[in-house]
Amino acid sequence: MRLTCPLCGPRDRREYSCLGAEDYLNRPGAGAAPEAWDAYLHLRDNPAGRARDLWYHEGGCREWLLVTRSTVTHEVFAVELVAGRSGAAE
Amino acid sequence: MAELIAKPVFAGQGPLEKAGLTLEPLPSGPIWLVALYPGAAARAAKLLKPLGLSFPEPGRCSSADDLRLIWAGRDQAFLLGAAPPEGLTDTAALTDQSGGWAGLSLSGPGVEAALTRLVPLDLRLREFPPGRAARSLLNQIPALILREDETRFAIRVPRSMARSAWADCALALERLEARAER
Repeated sequence: MRLTCPLCGPRDRREYSCLGAEDYLNRPGAGAAPEAWDAYLHLRDNPAGRARDLWYHEGGCREWLLVTRSTVTHEVFAVELVAGRSGAAE
Repeated sequence: MAELIAKPVFAGQGPLEKAGLTLEPLPSGPIWLVALYPGAAARAAKLLKPLGLSFPEPGRCSSADDLRLIWAGRDQAFLLGAAPPEGLTDTAALTDQSGGWAGLSLSGPGVEAALTRLVPLDLRLREFPPGRAARSLLNQIPALILREDETRFAIRVPRSMARSAWADCALALERLEARAER
């Protein structure tokens, strides 16, 4: 498996580590209901098909990446930087 | 306060010659991380220009004599060979990492054949010409890899893993030589 880092170019899977679903980007506000926190921490889809995951390029540029890929065909559709997305912390 | 004695990373380690290639320690020198503040790229360019350097694009290295400015990440680069110029403190966060790195030089004709055993990158001349640089892995060690010229790579690894990096490179040369003998 290879991911094309937007900065470094195509790199081997060995350079990356996978955190998990994109949901980690959508942290509830401080006053959110317990249900929202429960969902944020514990509830995950398990899609057969298109999935969006967070990957860390720890063997390269140390960027967080949002990877859109298929869990069925292993096709990688897109790799984006998490930094610079709207709502991302500076 | 205690007087600490600085020890060279590869104390007593001579060059290793195998398979027509040479593995040797690089002399230690200043290494600074230059992390640009948001929107400071133009100011940094102005300050780097008198040194003959420009802030590198991803995967590139800007060189002037013994100075190297190697891309290290988004808006980050390693400055090798000198302390950053005056005035850069307002433009970038500067960290002296000189003691944190150890350098190896691997050189000789067909040097890619040895490094390919350790690094998951296409290091052939066509894909990785002189002046290209990459942060990648040397076996399992995070490394900063720079192609100095057609037959020489400079590899820098965290100092704590220097001896492992040496051992990995030495083993690659040994295996390469064994293969050539058959």
